[in-house]
Formats: sequence, C-alpha cells, structure tokens
Amino acid sequence: MLKLENCTMRTDEFALHADLSISQGTRVAVIGPSGAGKTTLIEAIAGFRDLTSGRIRWQGQDLGDLPPGQRPIAMLFQDGNLFAHLTAAQNVALGLHPRRRLSKEERAQVEDALTRVGLSGMGGRKPAALSGGQQSRVALARVLVQRRDILLLDEPFAALGPALKAEMLDLVAALVAETGTTLLMVSHDPADARRIADQTVLVLDGHALPPQSTTEVLDNPPDALRDYLGTAG
Amino acid sequence: MAERAQPLSPLPGISAALLVAALIVGTLVAVLVRAEPGRGLGVGDLAALRFTLIQAMLSAGLSVAIAIPVARALARRRFAGRAALIALLGAPFILPVIVAIMALLQVFGRAGWLNDVLFWVGLPGVQIYGLHGVVLAHVFFNLPLATRLILQAWQEVPAERFRLAAQLGVNGWAMFRLIELPMLARVVPGALAVVFAICLSSFAVALTLGGGPRATTVELAIFQAFRYDFDLTRAAMLSGLQLILTSIAALIALRLSRADGMGDGLDRSLRRWDARGPMARVCDTIWIALAGAFLMLPLTALIFKGVTSIVSLPMAVWSAALTSVLVAVASTTVLLCMAVPMAAALATRHGRWIEVAGILGLAASPLVIGTGLFLVLRPVSDPSNWALPVTALVNAVMALPFALRILSPAARDTALRYGRLGCALNMGGAPFFWRVFVPRLRPQIAFSAGLGAALSIGDLGVITLFATSDQATLPLQMYRLMGAYQMEAAAGAALLLLSLSMGAFWILDRGGRWHAEA
Repeated sequence: MLKLENCTMRTDEFALHADLSISQGTRVAVIGPSGAGKTTLIEAIAGFRDLTSGRIRWQGQDLGDLPPGQRPIAMLFQDGNLFAHLTAAQNVALGLHPRRRLSKEERAQVEDALTRVGLSGMGGRKPAALSGGQQSRVALARVLVQRRDILLLDEPFAALGPALKAEMLDLVAALVAETGTTLLMVSHDPADARRIADQTVLVLDGHALPPQSTTEVLDNPPDALRDYLGTAG
Repeated sequence: MAERAQPLSPLPGISAALLVAALIVGTLVAVLVRAEPGRGLGVGDLAALRFTLIQAMLSAGLSVAIAIPVARALARRRFAGRAALIALLGAPFILPVIVAIMALLQVFGRAGWLNDVLFWVGLPGVQIYGLHGVVLAHVFFNLPLATRLILQAWQEVPAERFRLAAQLGVNGWAMFRLIELPMLARVVPGALAVVFAICLSSFAVALTLGGGPRATTVELAIFQAFRYDFDLTRAAMLSGLQLILTSIAALIALRLSRADGMGDGLDRSLRRWDARGPMARVCDTIWIALAGAFLMLPLTALIFKGVTSIVSLPMAVWSAALTSVLVAVASTTVLLCMAVPMAAALATRHGRWIEVAGILGLAASPLVIGTGLFLVLRPVSDPSNWALPVTALVNAVMALPFALRILSPAARDTALRYGRLGCALNMGGAPFFWRVFVPRLRPQIAFSAGLGAALSIGDLGVITLFATSDQATLPLQMYRLMGAYQMEAAAGAALLLLSLSMGAFWILDRGGRWHAEA
C-alpha cells in the first residue's frame, strides 16, 4: 500500500494537498487540467520534491528521508530517459548497477529484458540510432531490470504518435501485470487512462483526490474536470 | 522549483577552488609581507607604471579601431576561405608569444622584409624595439581577438533588422547609424577593456621587444628587480602594484564584456542587402586583405626561415623541447584535475564559490605568483629545484579561467538534462561523474586540455624567474638563442615550438571529438 498521509506540497505559485492510499499492484492514472499539479504529485512521490508537510509511506515504511535512487520506485520522465552516449544495453544495465561492471548472469538479464520489450539484438545501438518508440522500449527494459515496487510515468510517451503510444501503454500494462508492480501514470488524455488504468486519481483545485474507478469518473466527471475534458467524457 | 536532488557532488570542486584561492592569495600574502610600504615607488617604478598603462591603452585602442572595419567586412562579405580566415583569428590565442615575436622580426625587424623594401625604395629603415614594437606585437595578438568579439556582436544582430532596413532602402551611413553604431556602442567598451587587461600583464613581449628605462612594463620590472638586482623587496612591491592593476582591469573587463570570443557560429554569414556598391566592396576587400596579410606574412616568413634550420638544431633545443612537453603534460593534468571537478560544482547550487576562484585566476599574474612561490620556497629549499613543477602549476592556474568558461555551459546542460535520471538510478557521486558527466563533457574537456597544453608549451613567464642556466623550456631556450643572436637556430626552434603547441592542441581537441555523440 502506498499512503500519502496529509501531504502538502507548496511552491511559490500554488499548493497541492493529498491524503490518499493506493493498494499494491493497481494501475492508477493521474488526471487533471494542466498546471493542476499532476507532475508535482509524481515528483514528490519520486523524491524530487520536498513535502512541506505530511508523510509518504510504502508498506508502512516512511520514504521521506530516502533520496530518489533509494526509494522502491522507478520513474520515466517526459524526456531524457536515456543517456545519449551509452548503448541501449549500457542504459539498461544502469538499472542493475551504476557502479561496477556486470557479471555474466547480469548481462544475460539485460539481454532478456531487451528481448522482452522487443529489442533483441539491438543492445549495441546508441539512442540516436533508435526510433522514438524503440527508445521508450529501452527505458522500459531498464524499468524491468530495476525490479522496483512502484513505476511512475510522467507522460514519457507524449511525443509518440497515437498508435505507437497505445502500443507502448499496452506493453507497460503487460509488464506491470507480470511483475505485480504498482503503476502511477500522469496523463492529459482520458483515452490513456481508459486503456490501461483501472483507477484514477483526479488532481483538481489544489487537491489530489483518492483513487476512484476510471470508468465511473470519466463517464460522470465532476464539473471542473468536465470543463477540462471539454465533453461529457 | 524545490529541486533538491543532485547527482553531482560539489565537494571535490570546492576543494580544488579553495586550493587555487589559497595558492593565489597565499603567494600574494607572502609578497605583501615582504614588501616594505615605507619605501614607496622609485622613479623607475613610476616609469614602468606609466609605460604599462600607455602601451596597454595604445594596444587596446589600435586593436579595436582596426578590428571594427575588419569585422564589418567579414560580417557582410562571403568569399572562399572566409571560414578558414575566421578560424585563423582564433589561433593567436594559443600561438606562443615568443614565436609571434620571432615571426614579427622576420617582417619588421632590422633585417626584415619591411626594411629591405624601404632600403630598396631609398627610405630610412624602422626600428622594432621600444614602444612601437611592443604595441605592434600586442596588436598582432589582440586584433584577431577584438575582431572575433566584434564579429560575434555583428552576427548577433537579428537578421530581421537587416531585412527591415533593406525593405526601407537603408544603406551606407544610415545603416551604420541605425543598426551598427548602437551595436558597436555595446560591444566596443568590453573589447577595449579585455585587450587592455591582457596587455597590462604583458611580460614576454616587453622582455624581448621592450626593456630599458623607457620600455619596461611592471611585469618586466618585477623580473628585473628579481633577476638582475635580486631586490626581493622591490619585486614584492612591484608585484603588489601589478596585482592592483590587474584586479581593477579584470573587474572592469568582466563587467563590460559579455562574450568571450570563443563562441561557435562565427562562420555563419548574415544575408545582407546593403553595401553592394563598388566603393564598399573595394574597402571591405582591402581591410580583409590587409588584416590577413598582417597576420599571415610574419608567420609565413618564419616558417620559410625556420624550415631550413630545423634539421640542424643543437641538441640543447631538442632537450628543451622534451622538457616543455613534460611540463605541458603535468600542467594539463593538473588543469583537468582542478577544472573538471570545479565545473561539476559550478553546475550545482554551490557554484558561486567556484566563480570567485575563477575570477581570482583572471586577476592573478604569473610573475606575482612566481615571486610569491619563490619567497615561500626559499627558506625550505633551493627554488631552482622547483623551476619546472612551479612552471607547470602556474601554467595550469593561468589556463583555469578559460577552461572553466569552456566547461561550465556543458556542465550545466548535463546536470539539467541528466540530473534527475541520474538520481532516479541512484548514480549519485562517483558513478554519475565518471559514467555521465565526464563522457558528456569529453569534447569540452579535450578542448580545454588542448588549450592548456598549448599555452603551457608556449609559455615564457615564471620559468624565467626560477631557471638556472642549465635548465630550460623550449621558449626559454629560444629566448636565449635570440639573446645570443643565433637567429637561424632561433627560427628553427620557433618553428619547432609552433608545431609542438599547435600539434598538442590539434591532437587533444581532435581526440575529444572522435566518436563524440550529440
């Protein structure tokens, strides 16, 4: 269980309040108007942003004092998810050990992960020699070897075309289902949420609301969300 | 943004900055303790001060005055070899001073081409030694720098403005007043201040072309007090004077100048619709040809003269060359060990501390640090044993501000682009530094290393304070050959020195770009 207990994140411009819990293994979309604080929420969970007050717990453990890399969390950003000077395999390997050379078994693990995301034999290529979709797949392969309990996505597929994005979301859904990972995914597109997230956290008017059923929320959106979506869902 | 995570550790960089600051401030204190304030400045010292200021003003004024029409011509003409000429304008930065002087002597010296022509026409010959020789050499070095600074400002004028002016039919003088004059008003003070500051601490030029009571800079006076009279008190006092001069000039130059003239994109040529008339074309051509000839002729003459004697160089020259290469290797290593961690620290929020050390480096003068180190070392050890390590160290400190300028934009960019990813992957500290930061900065690191190595190989400065007659770097050996009027051998040594410094720069810079990813 991921618990945000009475959390406040305050910046110069605005404040976001969150008091909610997400059960292990669920797939949650984080939806709300631009500037409402979706990214702020995700960054606070990942540890890139300090809480002004409150606590974040995973399975009872307080994450507050842990730096981002030591939380049980893997995260993909909007861009810059790969190091451009390292090969695909080296990028994936960073999910295992940033510090030392990999053992033979670990190299096999990297190759397996690349195969699982459909990039068998492409480990030697650098990001510049891969398409946008393939780059996303490399990042997902790294998430696989990281074996973290929680995966946070801050719209990493936003730059891909609609068909490719759907393909990547399906891959994400399959991977988290295999590993039992809890998924939190920021999105500005309700179709993404319907596609893979059974629950949705709405971020509206400075509040991140507790998760609700995605279908219900999107079929009967509250007024503020209705304005943002522009239609009745 | 309440960003708190940062995978780069500022500590190694801050330590390096503290060491640099300790070296500069420590040697300064050693000098000041030794200087006796009661004694005041002598007549000779005041003459040195006056000469220093006059030659720096003349050099800055002439360099910038000539640079304006040359930059204007380069900004609005496109011709074959334009990119090469602009690249060449960057070369004097790493051209060893003593080589440039040797080259200038080939054209303007007593037996140079100019005097040959004057004699043939029946006019009296010219003398290169003295104030005008010093200014000539400074213009040779700083005209290219000033041209690059001003050209950069010219290229930064938005293309839309020239388009609008063309649409309105503005041309010639009106164009100059409307667009170019305001731009020059912004850039010229900075260019003047930069050249002035550089010429203030002129040592090797004054040593070779100046000298005597009427053509001695403060920096040269420090050397003379030290080497000829062994008057440490006077050397210390002059060092204090020099430090005040360079600090003020460096502060003014930093305040007034925005660009460093090393930026890319100078070979971009703006599309212009004015200055199509034959007059403007002829004028621009003449300026470019004159500036090109002024820079190219002396070096060409030197290469022709040196190439015949380089095969028969005395053994002492070769061993001095080896010494120079070793000093440069040590100096470049020290430079990188300081500059790369400092650039990493600059990219964190503790960057301000590092900038202070960088500014200190700009104001520091090699001979002042040299004097200070001499005073510190003398009670414990024979300073001449330290000639080469001290030279390597001082060369590294002198190159540090430039290295930081080259490294810090890429360092900030890397921290911004990959900082969060590095944190998310738990790569903080050494793994991020070695696996991300250093590889990402490889081209800039190599460029800095090339610059540092070339500057160190060509440096004729602090070594003159420490070296005994059996020790020499290549520039010092060359200076001794010139002093002994062995001009053939000196020209050969100059060519060797030129090849070494340019070669070191080329190899390191190219090595860094090899297989570099965007």
